[in-house]
Amino acid sequence: MKLSARIAAPAAALVLAGLTATGCAPQTSDTGAKGDEKTGTLRVWLFQEVGNKPKEQVVDAAVADFKKAHKDAKVEIEYIPVDTRAQRIKAAFNDPESAPDLIEYGNTDTAGYVKDGGLADVSAEFAAWDEAKDTDPTAKQSVTVGGKVYGAPLFVGVRALYYRTDVFEDLGIEAPKTQAELISTAKKIHKKKPDLYGLAVGGAYTYGAMPFIWAGGGELADESGGTYKAAINSDKARKGIEAYTSLFGDDNCPAAKCAAMGGNATVTAFASGKAAMAIGGDFSHTAVEAGSVKGKYAVVPLPGLTEGSVAPAFAGGNNIGVLKSSSHRTLAVDLMKSLTGKRTQAKMFDAMGFLPTYTDVRAAAAKKELFVEPFVRTLGAGAKFVPASPGWGQIDSSLILPTMFQEIVSGRKDVAKASDDAAKKMDAAFADAG
Amino acid sequence: MTANSTAYKAPGTSGAGGTSTRPLRRRPAPSARRSGWTPWLYLLPALVLLGGLLVYPIYQLGLISFLEYTQAQVSGGEPTTFQGFGNYATLFGDSQFWQVLLATVVFAAACVLATLLVGCALAVLLTRIRAVPRLVLMLAALGAWATPAITGSTVWMFLFDPDFGPVNRVLGLGDFSWTYGRYSAFALVLLEVLWCSFPFVMVTVYAGIRAIPTEVLEAAALDGASQWRIWRSVMAPMLRPILVVVTIQSIIWDFKVFTQIYVMTAGGGIAGQNLVLNVYAYQKAFASSQYSLGSAIGVVMLVILLAVTLVYLRLVRRQGEEL
Repeated sequence: MKLSARIAAPAAALVLAGLTATGCAPQTSDTGAKGDEKTGTLRVWLFQEVGNKPKEQVVDAAVADFKKAHKDAKVEIEYIPVDTRAQRIKAAFNDPESAPDLIEYGNTDTAGYVKDGGLADVSAEFAAWDEAKDTDPTAKQSVTVGGKVYGAPLFVGVRALYYRTDVFEDLGIEAPKTQAELISTAKKIHKKKPDLYGLAVGGAYTYGAMPFIWAGGGELADESGGTYKAAINSDKARKGIEAYTSLFGDDNCPAAKCAAMGGNATVTAFASGKAAMAIGGDFSHTAVEAGSVKGKYAVVPLPGLTEGSVAPAFAGGNNIGVLKSSSHRTLAVDLMKSLTGKRTQAKMFDAMGFLPTYTDVRAAAAKKELFVEPFVRTLGAGAKFVPASPGWGQIDSSLILPTMFQEIVSGRKDVAKASDDAAKKMDAAFADAG
Repeated sequence: MTANSTAYKAPGTSGAGGTSTRPLRRRPAPSARRSGWTPWLYLLPALVLLGGLLVYPIYQLGLISFLEYTQAQVSGGEPTTFQGFGNYATLFGDSQFWQVLLATVVFAAACVLATLLVGCALAVLLTRIRAVPRLVLMLAALGAWATPAITGSTVWMFLFDPDFGPVNRVLGLGDFSWTYGRYSAFALVLLEVLWCSFPFVMVTVYAGIRAIPTEVLEAAALDGASQWRIWRSVMAPMLRPILVVVTIQSIIWDFKVFTQIYVMTAGGGIAGQNLVLNVYAYQKAFASSQYSLGSAIGVVMLVILLAVTLVYLRLVRRQGEEL
């Protein structure tokens, strides 16, 4: 008895000491800016790409342009690994002292970062910038949350249908022109050549599945007055889900293998000659070129429901934004313009193959490089974007849609039940994000 | 047999008790006040360390589990608000949580049983084989023990790969995918967990067996006891303290399995079929930045583990064993 009392007293004292030391709450940082200095060092985080050298050269040229106008400013560029970017950027929001002034970020993260209080509103500067007039509307949408602009688009990425010309020639078939034809062609190929997936699909390949939902007029979520409500369980969306999931099975891409695949795995399967078709991005071009199918493939826009139509693709890509905590706001915005301006984007396309976000620059690029033509055509037909809600980040990272596809293709739930469950989870995420 | 073993132990325990009480009683006389604090002075460094490394994090974990604390709150986009038991209500209202909890308990129980069985069996085997095979078995086990979980899991995945893995080729399973079915995926992970955690049980129990006086075992053998009988009636009772420790260790480890599931089933398996609590907490806390919900799962795990350990210790004590 006595002993336990003896232990209790100092233990309580320790806890108390801990309480007073920390002020009783976990850490919250103040990301507000402390001023707007016109000299000093700007720190920039950009993504480290596979084969980063050409990107560095383009960025260096853009920084040199910027320095001509701002003699007193210094710029430090750091390339951060794509795999750990989420942690790095979260850490930057948490600790403004060591945060950079500008970051490159994936456009699906825009709404989430805005809600986190990380990105600065640059609407006024963006509106006054003459080059921004030519920004493609979908790209502009990807930096816009609640009518305000939080950065400038750096490039867009879009997916289309890669197919093996040698296999198609061998079987005497042509590239599919409708969604129904796409599915029947895939199954025909797998029947004739059982060691090939007809069309490589993945249960975790959300961005490859979305065009199927959008093609029939389905939506991921409907917006009204700034709030989102899941529409993944609408009749139109369900038709798309059915079409996509019908591709999993022993007649095309066996569920046991394909249910777990993500986008990269399907592209790898295509590049290594294990699939006759795959849904890949313009950014997958290098990987496919490096594979065993080099010179034996072509790309067309992913067909829609009717002949000649294009299934709306997901407009991915990256943006560059100014951090709210930056103490050099004016300088940072100028550097952002320099890094995402027409000159830089044109050069970036030549160096890295990233599609420009300006319609005129993109048209010029398509003339130079033939392989981007189907991707530009896909964008021209109208690409779509994920709901601009901070809830999307959570929907994405908690794998709600991959779970739905996997439940269906593994036979656990039917389309109706799985999409209802997914809609419920999405609504909860939208509500959480408020 | 039992009489023999208690007789052997008796002098140690009673002797220690007898000698230790006396000087303690006599000392306090000169300066009662100071001696009351002296032990605490000596304990202080350890207490500070424990407080900093154990009490404080657990306190923070508990605190965060009562708040609305997501990325927006961490980076100052929104104010932190007190939620009371809100996070726990969300958690307990989520049917997936109960499924994951059930899967975790069953999976951990299977892992603990398998680990103890294999570990003890191999420990007994170690005592019955010659030096060279014993050395080989020891080295193999230590190799498995020393392999980092992430390396072991990755190698395991390669061995069981549907397209290139040697296991399917040897067993003639074609392109059977081990991670597609829920039970085959859990079984695969169980094998890996077993592989990297049996050496601890084996080495500890082997050391324990070595400490049993050979006369006792010889006497049992002379009385005509079978190997199984010797284990059940002689070794196991004498090894009880060691077995208790390895069981508790195994329960705690296997309940908290993370790396193997995360690596081998790609973060929880097809449609989350292979989630266990620790991975589930990670998905909530770090993948989707709901730190408060992740903390609530952490607190629930802590409570379950404490409860299991206490109940187990009580059961053991009731059977007359002082630890």
